[in-house]
Amino acid sequence: MPVEIPKDTWTGAVREVTIGATAAEGGTRATTVTIGGATTMPFMHFEGSIPHRPVIAVEIVNHRPDDWSHLLLDAWGDAANDPAAWAKAAEQAGADLIQLSLNQTGADGNPITPESAVTATKAVLEASGLPLLVFAPGQAELDNELLVPIAEATKGERIVLGIAEDKNYRTIVAAALANDHLVSARTAMDVNLAKQLNILIGDMGLPLDRVIMDPTTGALGYGIEYGYSVMERLRLAALQGDAMTQLPMLVTAGYETWKTKEAKVGEGVPQEWGDWTARAINWEVVTAVALLESGADIVVLRHPESIARVRAAIDELMAVPAAG
Amino acid sequence: MALTGIQIYKLLPQTNCKDCGFPTCLAFAMKLAAKQVELSSCPHVSEEAQAQLAESAAPPIRLVTLKANGHEVKAGNETVMFRHEKTFYHKTGLFVRVRDDEGPDAIKARVAPADAYAVNYVGMDLTLDGFAVESASNDPAQFEAAIAAVRSASQRPIILISRDPAVMAAGLKALDGESPLIYGADAANWEAMAALAGQHSAPLAVIGATLDELADLTQKIQGAGVEDMVLHPVATTLGASLALNTQIRRLALKKNFRPLGYPLIAFAGNDPVGETIAATQAIAKYAGFVVLDHFAPETVYSLLVLRENIYTDPQKPIQVQPGVYEINNPKPEDPVMVTTNFSITYFSVANEIEGAGLPGWLLVTDAEGMSVLTAWAAGKFDAERIAKAVKQFSIADKVSKKRIVLPGHVAVLSGELEEELPDWEVRVGPREAVDLPAFMKQAL
Ligand code: B12
Ligand code: SF4
Repeated sequence: MPVEIPKDTWTGAVREVTIGATAAEGGTRATTVTIGGATTMPFMHFEGSIPHRPVIAVEIVNHRPDDWSHLLLDAWGDAANDPAAWAKAAEQAGADLIQLSLNQTGADGNPITPESAVTATKAVLEASGLPLLVFAPGQAELDNELLVPIAEATKGERIVLGIAEDKNYRTIVAAALANDHLVSARTAMDVNLAKQLNILIGDMGLPLDRVIMDPTTGALGYGIEYGYSVMERLRLAALQGDAMTQLPMLVTAGYETWKTKEAKVGEGVPQEWGDWTARAINWEVVTAVALLESGADIVVLRHPESIARVRAAIDELMAVPAAG
Repeated sequence: MALTGIQIYKLLPQTNCKDCGFPTCLAFAMKLAAKQVELSSCPHVSEEAQAQLAESAAPPIRLVTLKANGHEVKAGNETVMFRHEKTFYHKTGLFVRVRDDEGPDAIKARVAPADAYAVNYVGMDLTLDGFAVESASNDPAQFEAAIAAVRSASQRPIILISRDPAVMAAGLKALDGESPLIYGADAANWEAMAALAGQHSAPLAVIGATLDELADLTQKIQGAGVEDMVLHPVATTLGASLALNTQIRRLALKKNFRPLGYPLIAFAGNDPVGETIAATQAIAKYAGFVVLDHFAPETVYSLLVLRENIYTDPQKPIQVQPGVYEINNPKPEDPVMVTTNFSITYFSVANEIEGAGLPGWLLVTDAEGMSVLTAWAAGKFDAERIAKAVKQFSIADKVSKKRIVLPGHVAVLSGELEEELPDWEVRVGPREAVDLPAFMKQAL
């Protein structure tokens, strides 16, 4: 019996956002990454177009992050001692993008300086041709002190500067505006808060095709369901034509996962949790895949094995031929 | 999909005789549409109308139950595409597959630990739901032996896997009195399989690679008298599987398309890495049953937690009762710590203290089921509320040292709390619960 495939009709689309600029475009990147553009819910190839696949950003830090799980540090080995080497290793591990996280302290244990932050950023840009996201430590004043000189020193690279939040977006957006960069806008798991921040950023004159939004998530077991649903709601709103939700979404699956006890702790945990390394990687992969299913355009990951697995999942999710 | 009041009205006698207790047939129809009255209150409906109304009242996705020895796994009866719209109700049943050519001892050895597996997540013991037994040998005797081996190690519901009706008949005989899932019916064997499903009142899985094929089969099988079916839309990639599952759920929920109004089963594949990913998708996107080929605690734990998360009520966070929780039999001199009543928060903290063997009093405030920072940001976990809880639960009567430890994330509250509780010493603990035992040993 011939069954008609039920298709939803959508009027809206997610904006296309391009990260990075090649020499011809005023930067130095070997490649650029374009995300967004979808006219349907995640991977519903049968009813709309999904011109760009979701991508994987790999998180590296300006100096060896001793507070990271040694599972991660062991996996990256010596590369984790130096952001340039780490960026190269991340590229080899299958990264589409590099996310450089700036720690509050520098390698010498003293507070990070703008100079050292700029040096680290430039070293990463030299070591890898991938487009870059630079996320400051998350403390309003310090973030501004670091991101402004970074933005200036890398003018034209179309870097994503983060994290723009309601209390702290102006300086970051201005820096992006003046230096041809993008921003990542984070709000706390709420459709209206996300819209509001996008409006504020747009009002400053930054074209929305230079904004990605981070609706915040929790890890598996620690609030993932909230992140999952807010992403579905944002994507539905975007497809229904709400312009202020039509931005690609970034989720920090790695960061959230590696905060959890399941990923961080190997001893003194219930036996039912099973093998530590395998569990930690599962935790990151399950978190990332669930969030891809709910609309993530960029997933930021930490463990090399997770990168490989999530990449394979994206391949399969995108491999579907557009059926009738 | 339920009929509207007007649609129901058209099926009623339209005589306004008032025997139902309502002034008009239309008024009665409206109440019926709102599910506030029973159709039986109208003595005059025709049989034909009754059938149509009963049909429309049936849930768009049939509820199917697998039963064995007091265990039940239900799937179906779902009402929404997205969990924020309402709730996903019947948690995806997780099954582990064994094959009859593994031999009874190997089967027992695989089933026993999976059957016994229970992991605690925020106070709930999560377990697997059952086992799938596949006839790889195609020999009825060997199939029976495998089933017996499973039954010697587990009483949970079973999915029987064979396309050969003779083998399946042997399997069903071995599980007499239970309702296992028969997997399954395809274009070649459906008649015999439908007959078996009828004889044993067991639900039947229907296998097809396209919507057309599946709908064809379910209609034929329904014609043969079988109502309880489960669909297996066979796909070779994650993307194809997602598309089929979504299309079937949409047809059932939005078009009330009966031929596909059944719960879904997914096979997560045979490589352990891909299996975790396929099962993740299946749990998030609409499978009622998932069959895994491997049992590994580190995988099953993550999938069971995902299932809890996806199937929670989106309106109401899981929470614990506010109050004073005594951990490891605390004495009056032991420390008082404060947290919120969000289950995840409470258990992260309580498990750390308990696991470290340290005695303590945990004061759980009513933060409307929110985490520490969420509640703080929402004004549900502030000095005033904490002070109120201290008084309400008379914690001062239980301890000799009036000293209270705040979560590190809300260090900012300490000044105000000192004002609210002038005779208490307020201490700021670490940010993460993992660091609490060390803090208790060193600083308290
Ligand atoms: C899930 C979540 C939500 C869910 C709610 C979940 C719930 N039931 O609480 C939803 C989506 C509803 C939500 C809403 C909001 N949220 Co919210 N949310 C989160 C999220 C992602 C995870 C929170 C969580 O569950 N953590 C896990 C639990 C276990 O952590 P916890 O309670 O802190 O407990 C840990 C420690 O504190 C410690 N601990 C706990 N008790 C104790 C006790 C002692 C003595 C000690 C020593 C330690 C200790 O142990 C635990 C484990 O280490 C966080 C961001 C993040 N990724 O962390 C944001 C976050 C908490 N939310 C935030 C905000 C602002 C909000 C909103 C105000 C925004 C809005 N949408 O309007 C609302 C408020 C709610 C409202 N108005 O109704 C902010 C808070 C910012 C801040 N620093 O103040 C955060 C940090 C996000 C962000 N970065 O902006 N949120
Ligand atoms: S009893 Fe039946 S026929 Fe009479 S008024 Fe009520 S609905 Fe109409």
